[in-house]
Amino acid sequence: MEQKTKVNAETGKQELEITREFNLPLELLFKAYKEKEIIEQWMGTKVLKLESKKHGSYQIETTDPKGNVAFRANGVIHEFIQNQKITRTFEMENTPFGVQLEVYEFQKLTDDTSRLRMRVIYESVEQRDQVLKLPFAAGINFAHNRIEEIMNKIK
Amino acid sequence: MNLRRDPFQAIADPTRRAILLLVASQSLTAGAIAANFDSARPTISKHLQILTECELLQQEQNGREMHYHFNPKKMKEIADFIEPFRLMWEARFNKLESVMKKFKTKK
Repeated sequence: MEQKTKVNAETGKQELEITREFNLPLELLFKAYKEKEIIEQWMGTKVLKLESKKHGSYQIETTDPKGNVAFRANGVIHEFIQNQKITRTFEMENTPFGVQLEVYEFQKLTDDTSRLRMRVIYESVEQRDQVLKLPFAAGINFAHNRIEEIMNKIK
Repeated sequence: MNLRRDPFQAIADPTRRAILLLVASQSLTAGAIAANFDSARPTISKHLQILTECELLQQEQNGREMHYHFNPKKMKEIADFIEPFRLMWEARFNKLESVMKKFKTKK
């Protein structure tokens, strides 16, 4: 089966590329990145602030079941072109991972399908590899369970 | 942590990647490997030492000669490290898709 989400991280480079094709019209895909309430639903985080415009900024936060802040990240939006492109920075607060530059390109494929190309540039090769090696396993299982729940509700 | 024993650090160097490509098709002596490069012999020896320390290469005594082998198992470990990261994004994007599909029907 062809993988829907592709990650291209060439050895020795400080960037990576993630691409994905969606069974969604371009406008809906873009909306998922533009509106606070929607981001909260699919990212599973709280959006403390989001100004979806050029020179805007954002801050997101995840808490554990006890309500302690587990993760907080923020960034500034450098470019915001409706249904086309978002350029922004991303920084995990209180971590040694530095700032990353993210370029999102949204593309219409057909009336009902669209493609997202996301390029991430890190401060160094070492930082990129460190981020790739973060322990994601726990988070993945969590997300999978949630997806199953949602899918079961739809049936 | 000794950075040199980190296989990710090891393959970040272009000369070391070229060495791995050479040895992937056949096991070679240090001299035969060095003959493929313009770098000084001690430089290549250092690269071989780093690759051996992080287990991307394995040494085998063959009579009087020491041959270097490629270790595909270790290389696979490196290739696999991107997979959890990919799965995390796959899960997120699946969720995005299902959230937006519901959004569409609500309209």
